Amino acid sequence: MKVLVPVKRVIDSNVKARVKSDQSGVDLANVKMSINPFCEIAVEEAVRLKEKGTASEVVVISIGPAQAQETLRQALAMGADRAVLLQTDQDLEPLEVAKVLKAAIAEENPNVVIMGKQAIDGDNNATGQMLAAILDWPQATFASAIELSADTAKVTREVDGGLQTIEVGLPAIITADLRLNEPRYASLPNIMKAKKKPLDVKEAASLGVDLKPHLKVLKVTEPAKRSAGIKVETAGDLVANLKTAGVL
Amino acid sequence: MAVLVIADHDNASLKDSTNKTITAALALSGDVDVLVAGKDAKAAADAAAKVAGVRKVLLAESDELGQGLAEAVEATVVPLMGGYDAVLTPATSQGKNFSPRIAAKLDVAQISEIVEVVSNDTFVRPIYAGNALETVQSSDGKKVITVRATAFKAAGEGGSASVENVAAGAVSTKVKFVDQQLVKSARPELAGAKIVVSGGRAMGSAEEFQKVIEPLADKLGAAVGASRAAVDAGYAPNDYQVGQTGKVVAPELYIAVGISGAIQHLAGMKDSKVIVAINKDGDAPIFQVADFGLVADYKTAVPELMDALTAAGK
Repeated sequence: MKVLVPVKRVIDSNVKARVKSDQSGVDLANVKMSINPFCEIAVEEAVRLKEKGTASEVVVISIGPAQAQETLRQALAMGADRAVLLQTDQDLEPLEVAKVLKAAIAEENPNVVIMGKQAIDGDNNATGQMLAAILDWPQATFASAIELSADTAKVTREVDGGLQTIEVGLPAIITADLRLNEPRYASLPNIMKAKKKPLDVKEAASLGVDLKPHLKVLKVTEPAKRSAGIKVETAGDLVANLKTAGVL
Repeated sequence: MAVLVIADHDNASLKDSTNKTITAALALSGDVDVLVAGKDAKAAADAAAKVAGVRKVLLAESDELGQGLAEAVEATVVPLMGGYDAVLTPATSQGKNFSPRIAAKLDVAQISEIVEVVSNDTFVRPIYAGNALETVQSSDGKKVITVRATAFKAAGEGGSASVENVAAGAVSTKVKFVDQQLVKSARPELAGAKIVVSGGRAMGSAEEFQKVIEPLADKLGAAVGASRAAVDAGYAPNDYQVGQTGKVVAPELYIAVGISGAIQHLAGMKDSKVIVAINKDGDAPIFQVADFGLVADYKTAVPELMDALTAAGK
């Protein structure tokens, strides 16, 4: 079984995103970038499937700038077999990412796609669902457990207020939630080995997908800053203040 | 311009997030219809008909809609979109599951988790877990939008719309509902709770977390949250996690107990109306965003707070 895992390069989740002073976007210059945390969980799940013998090959794919090769190497160091970079400097919207992935899937023919439920930069939580819709494949989003058999996947999903289990026929799109697993740290020997694994680079534009954006970003601003309030001396003072504030 | 709101409901009643999404829809247009898609959902449809400002309620029912399958909701909504210029869905886990499918089928972008309607085609939405706000203008003929409900006031009662049945869409892909385990908790859901009490790594153990945080939450009728550090240490389950990679909450009152206030946690709760921090380290970053800070060891402060709440009639 072949597993395809799309991954995205984003600002490291421990770094605070800063808005540029000209309001044109978030400053990405000289900021630590990493694999999107949810993508990392998806890679981990795919690698575990391979270790269990369920998957035969794990291919990671990224759509982004040349530096996304580092992100792919990170995934290879975790245990993926092979990587593809569809290179573009354009910041693509989820629908266009889904269309590019659809074209890539036509070439790779995976049995299942496991991907993060959302990227922590755009926070759209949309690409997986869009990809499933345009492929007419079943979707199982926000997965906290995956049981894969030859032609089906039983997926436990995190929904508001609990869990839901669905069964999808393969091929299918599965998106990973936080509880699916805890990604491993790549060991130094595996990081070295990853440098020798195959990584193909192609122009994203070469897939013949219309990459025109639908949304125009007019400005990016900082949210209103909260200022520190007051320190209270006792729990009683706290309750009195909360009553005055009208929240009790 | 006519706008369709897809209701969040449990078949018997309407969730508050629907009323809030209706308010966002009314900022776009006076012609707002509500779709209630479910199974035996007449009661929820009747509730939607009573919301002020609603023109008409559409009711679609099938087993698959009752199971909440994204494919079924999308197949129900897409054929209706000939009559609408925009479709708005509360950004719940269910809404996030099906809304992007509708956008993809219509070949338009999804405008995710809007917090403000600027004009018919321009919206404000948080990115980077709320560390930045993006104002976007859509060039699509039809707008597919999810709404961060906490950013809008709930539309009240006072309507008397008609309820009309519409066809439920069929599921074309191989997907089958197996079962669901909804937590039967007396506590409200974290994402929509009016009060959230969260615990951090200072708790030191899962037992301590349960002993300290949960009774305080129950006293306040609050949901329970946790910092990532507490979750990673195994003191609280992952679905309690508030933060950039967990749940983003904006309750009326957020009480952070023994939480230092890492960037990643602040990103998930800083839009709360009133923030309380209890931490023995007076220099903890959490105090920079707290409206009321109590510099004290939670071991003494939380029991005192419980007593003070009792004295205040809670």
